[in-house]
Amino acid sequence: MTITLSHYLVLAAALFVIGLVGVFIRRNAITILMCIELMLNAVNLTFIAFASHMNAVDGLIFVFFVITVAAAEVAVGLAIVIALFRNRDTVNLDELNLMRW
Amino acid sequence: MQIPAEAIVFYALTAITVLSGLVVVTSRKLVHSAFALVFAFSGLAGYYVLLSADFLAAAQVLIYVGGILILILFAVMLTHRIESLDIRSETLQLLPAIAGCGAIVVLMLLAVYRTPWAVKEPQVLTQTAQSIGSLFMTDYLLPFEVASVHLLIALVGAVIIAGKRGGQ
Repeated sequence: MTITLSHYLVLAAALFVIGLVGVFIRRNAITILMCIELMLNAVNLTFIAFASHMNAVDGLIFVFFVITVAAAEVAVGLAIVIALFRNRDTVNLDELNLMRW
Repeated sequence: MQIPAEAIVFYALTAITVLSGLVVVTSRKLVHSAFALVFAFSGLAGYYVLLSADFLAAAQVLIYVGGILILILFAVMLTHRIESLDIRSETLQLLPAIAGCGAIVVLMLLAVYRTPWAVKEPQVLTQTAQSIGSLFMTDYLLPFEVASVHLLIALVGAVIIAGKRGGQ
């Protein structure tokens, strides 16, 4: 019953896929951003599980970079969502086809 | 049979995290998704404690639960009339999505179980904050500075994009 590395890896894979399904089936821009955050967190869990089981602190450093990029991504993403909502009055990605051809 | 405390905590956290992850994806109301995300992130912070990454657990709570989720909640309240349901809970692409994601799950599980990971005896990391700090200031100094400039640029960009248009 001890918790091994593969427990954490399977759990992270499950979380990643939950987020991936969300990105595919939802059409609300904010929900998709939340699902991307979930996927990034699954990757963080993998990094930390490896860092702890291989006794290497470098994995923890990379988690910090992932957190930084996630914060930047969510700030810019939500700014775009708010600007779009102000101009088009919707956040449904199927109706936002301005840059499609 | 004695069940170790670590296993109990792990499975309890797994229940919380996976269930709230499912709520994030399937809930029709945006606010419910955002609040389920709080529980998912807190559960992940619990795993970090379990993996003896104490400093990162604190950072997770501060940055994700305290920062990013507040930002998401602000965006939800700024863009959605709170009472309105999420108009379309799209099921159109459900089958291809589940087929593709199932294939990805199979690939990842194969990778997890087929690879002979060079796992050492699980060791408790001690003083992670100190070693993280000295690594940031020595081996990872350039990525650290690039990350801070990246964050600054992103924040200025977010202000410009979301702010009033072109100084009118």
